[in-house]
Amino acid sequence: MSLTELRTSTAYTVGRVEEVPPGEGRAFVAGGVQVAVFRLRDGSLHATQAACPHAGGPLADGQTDVDVLVCPLHLYAYRWSDGASTSGTAPVRLYPVRDVDGDLVVEV
Amino acid sequence: MGPGVAVSRVLGGRVMPPSPFHPTSFRLDVDEFDERASLVVVGNGMAGARFVEEVLERGGGEQFRITVLGEEPHGNYNRIMLSPVLAGESHEDDIVLNSHDWYADNGVTLRAGVRVERIDTAAKVVHAADGSVTAYDHLVLATGSYSFIPPMTGVRAADGELLPGVYGFRTIDETRAMLDAVGRCEKAVVMGGGLLGLEAARALQGHGLQVDLVHAMPHLMNVQLDAEAGAILKKSVESLGITVHLDVFATEVFGTGHVEGVGLADGRRIDADLLVVAAGVRPSTDLGVRSGLEVERGIVVDDQLRTDDPDVYAIGECAQHRGEVYGLVAPAWEHAKVLADVLTGTDPDAEYHGSRTATKLKVAGVDVAVMGINTPERDDDEFLVISEPKRGVHLSVVIRDDTLVGATLLGDTRKVAFLTQAFDRGAPLPEERIRLLVDLSDGAEEVGVAEMPGDSQVCNCNGVTKGAICAVVADGCTALGGVMDRTRAGKGCGSCKSLVKQIVEWAADGDLTEDPSASWYVPGIPMAKPELIAAIREQDLRSVSAVFAALAPAGKEDAKSKMGLTSLLKMLWGVDFVPEKDGEFINDRVHANIQRDGTFSVVPQMKGGVTTPAQLRRIADVAEKYEVPMVKVTGGQRIDLLGVRKEDLPAMWSDLGMPSGYAYGKSMRTVKTCVGSDFCRFGLGDSTQLGIDLESRFQGIESPAKMKLAVVGCPRNCAEAYVKDVGVVAVGNGKWEVHVGGAAGATVRKGDLLATVDSPEAVVTLAGRFMQYYRENANWLERTYDFVPRIGLEKIKQVLLEDSEGLVAELDANMQRSVDAYTDPWGQDGGEPSTPGQFRPSLPLIPLPEVPVR
Repeated sequence: MSLTELRTSTAYTVGRVEEVPPGEGRAFVAGGVQVAVFRLRDGSLHATQAACPHAGGPLADGQTDVDVLVCPLHLYAYRWSDGASTSGTAPVRLYPVRDVDGDLVVEV
Repeated sequence: MGPGVAVSRVLGGRVMPPSPFHPTSFRLDVDEFDERASLVVVGNGMAGARFVEEVLERGGGEQFRITVLGEEPHGNYNRIMLSPVLAGESHEDDIVLNSHDWYADNGVTLRAGVRVERIDTAAKVVHAADGSVTAYDHLVLATGSYSFIPPMTGVRAADGELLPGVYGFRTIDETRAMLDAVGRCEKAVVMGGGLLGLEAARALQGHGLQVDLVHAMPHLMNVQLDAEAGAILKKSVESLGITVHLDVFATEVFGTGHVEGVGLADGRRIDADLLVVAAGVRPSTDLGVRSGLEVERGIVVDDQLRTDDPDVYAIGECAQHRGEVYGLVAPAWEHAKVLADVLTGTDPDAEYHGSRTATKLKVAGVDVAVMGINTPERDDDEFLVISEPKRGVHLSVVIRDDTLVGATLLGDTRKVAFLTQAFDRGAPLPEERIRLLVDLSDGAEEVGVAEMPGDSQVCNCNGVTKGAICAVVADGCTALGGVMDRTRAGKGCGSCKSLVKQIVEWAADGDLTEDPSASWYVPGIPMAKPELIAAIREQDLRSVSAVFAALAPAGKEDAKSKMGLTSLLKMLWGVDFVPEKDGEFINDRVHANIQRDGTFSVVPQMKGGVTTPAQLRRIADVAEKYEVPMVKVTGGQRIDLLGVRKEDLPAMWSDLGMPSGYAYGKSMRTVKTCVGSDFCRFGLGDSTQLGIDLESRFQGIESPAKMKLAVVGCPRNCAEAYVKDVGVVAVGNGKWEVHVGGAAGATVRKGDLLATVDSPEAVVTLAGRFMQYYRENANWLERTYDFVPRIGLEKIKQVLLEDSEGLVAELDANMQRSVDAYTDPWGQDGGEPSTPGQFRPSLPLIPLPEVPVR
């Protein structure tokens, strides 16, 4: 029997949906991990690591549209679809997030 | 092909298989199930092959069964590069453009080495010398030109072929034959002092031959250059060791069986064992004449390159359009594009309207660039000449109605990129015309982009070198916006943008892709600012999301457009603007300037840089209470509290009890002042009070980019008013100068004097009027130092001072509405956050990057 490390993700309720205004992001802590949660104008939810991979900028302070998140410090942009940077820097980590009866549930 | 030439090998491909065709007349079978129309191209030179490429690029491979008939047995090669091949600088393999395999890979039938004899336009077939008959639906003639051999006694042998040792200079086979001969020859005569003749002379001289150049006209390159420039070129050519004979033509070729010399009209004889005839080219129109097409100098075509037969077209050097026959590759390629648009239906109405020809070349080791006319033609044409015969430099420009209509650069082509732009696109010219030809050293000295080393850094913000920019262009990205996206060059402070643009233009060699988005106000809405403003007003769009829904493609929002739209809507609607926090940049959401570690800086308003002990005491108390890591006096005469946590902002504002200084916004920032007349012994006016009045009136006014103002009490300029967006200078007798468009940041520019007015009230009115004109007309993030030169000072003066467009009352009223809409954001959001969690920390847990505490 081989030894395989099983990585499991755990779901955490970090707050209420209405704590994130439409189009904006807010930072939360999910099981000791900092995450930035975004509620887009189309109602969809997204979560990323809280600090920008480029220079540690606060991603929750960034601007968004349906395709990308833009970091406020140097305007590097990251795609929601896969976390890749559109400007050639390292990708951002994405976390699954969902709305459970108005609770924001993030899996880390 | 000259006699005695052994065709060793087919250039650009495999050796042709023996012809499978029966020698008598036959019809090439076509697949009867192939429903594609037959497109036949006669001529496989630079025009014909490019045309095929353009058709394929437009998906024409689906529409057409394409057949190319070429007289030469080779693939398609770059004829312009024959000179370096003759000079031994390039290998013939390097000049192949499309190999035989390329045609096969793209489903194009190439029948190389086949000469077309006749077109039967009624039956829509072409007859070739090999007996084949090829049917066409559309026929394109791209037969090019041939070397003109002037009548000379003895130039041809009895069989009508050129005497051995006499060569034209047009094909790879002729070039090979000359290369084969140079080892056996000692003396060469080149006939023709045009571009091709000079290049042949230089190449042969490089092979160790003694070269005499005979030119029938009074100066070299007489088609492109004026007499003076021609004389300078002659000196440069002679300094290479080439003997030049002008204003005389050859009448006779001596030698039986092989050339031995030439006789000139003045009776002289020049011995030679090699004669190159480069006395010009003539369009190859025989096929057109034989087939009954209308032929004058070339095959006559209309604006869609159509001959007088509706299914037969002609492009390139064999075509005559609106009386012009071109001998350059650029027009041929334009023909190819237009015709491909028409035939593939990509743009059935595409038209060709003639070419403005600009050439840049190196002839006989001398750089030459020529465009348009070379001498003034009308009385009021401006003509500027710089001639330095000793250095071999001759530069001239011809300007008509403020537009460049011609330029000649000989020996120094550093300014060619700018001139080509001005010539092709009618770009505005500098008022000092001499700047068209030389860079004047006045502190803003520019190094020509061509001379910059590849590793020199262009964008200092993002560390992008010239080499990195060129690499992206070489990779096929020729739009400025695309290059900036991929390299991030010009995306920092933006001060290098124009240099980046120049490098892209240079690297793309003029083949720049127009960036339609360059004229848009923001990237996500395809409209220029005036159009956008009109649409917003007309459709009554008062929020950022409403603008996206109504005006963006598919109603799609765009993160990078939100800030610019918020600014524009605030300016247009004032109190009626419907704010949306996600439309604002973080600085505007929390009314403070974000720092590298996610903390913020707090700058209270300090009008005119004047403060009081009570204010200072309060600032000191707040700094201590909130453990502010750094307190710093700013360049704008205020006090900055740096390193403030986001969650502390509202409490700090409340404790300070001072309004926001707007040190974070794209808005009116501050008005610096000197101590003026109250204390200064030189002061001519009360600059301090006027500065305070200006700041009180225009506080927090949002604008396309930040606006920094200053007022000084005398021209000693202690508060640097000459380098401000709006700078006011007291000049005595109650008079004030208003300067606009100054800058002392990444760009340094002295402001332009807009007007001298005679009261502080008039200063406030004029400054407001200028700022409103700027707010309504500048592009997003365009500072006044770019805006003023772009619009032109004269125009701005007419609009603002003479009311030439009847706008003044409206500008004043619009500014007044913005002034009335002002509220202090710190007072507004301090008590009650405008959104949930407005001041919540965004980086709560990780240790912040350490900014040293002093």
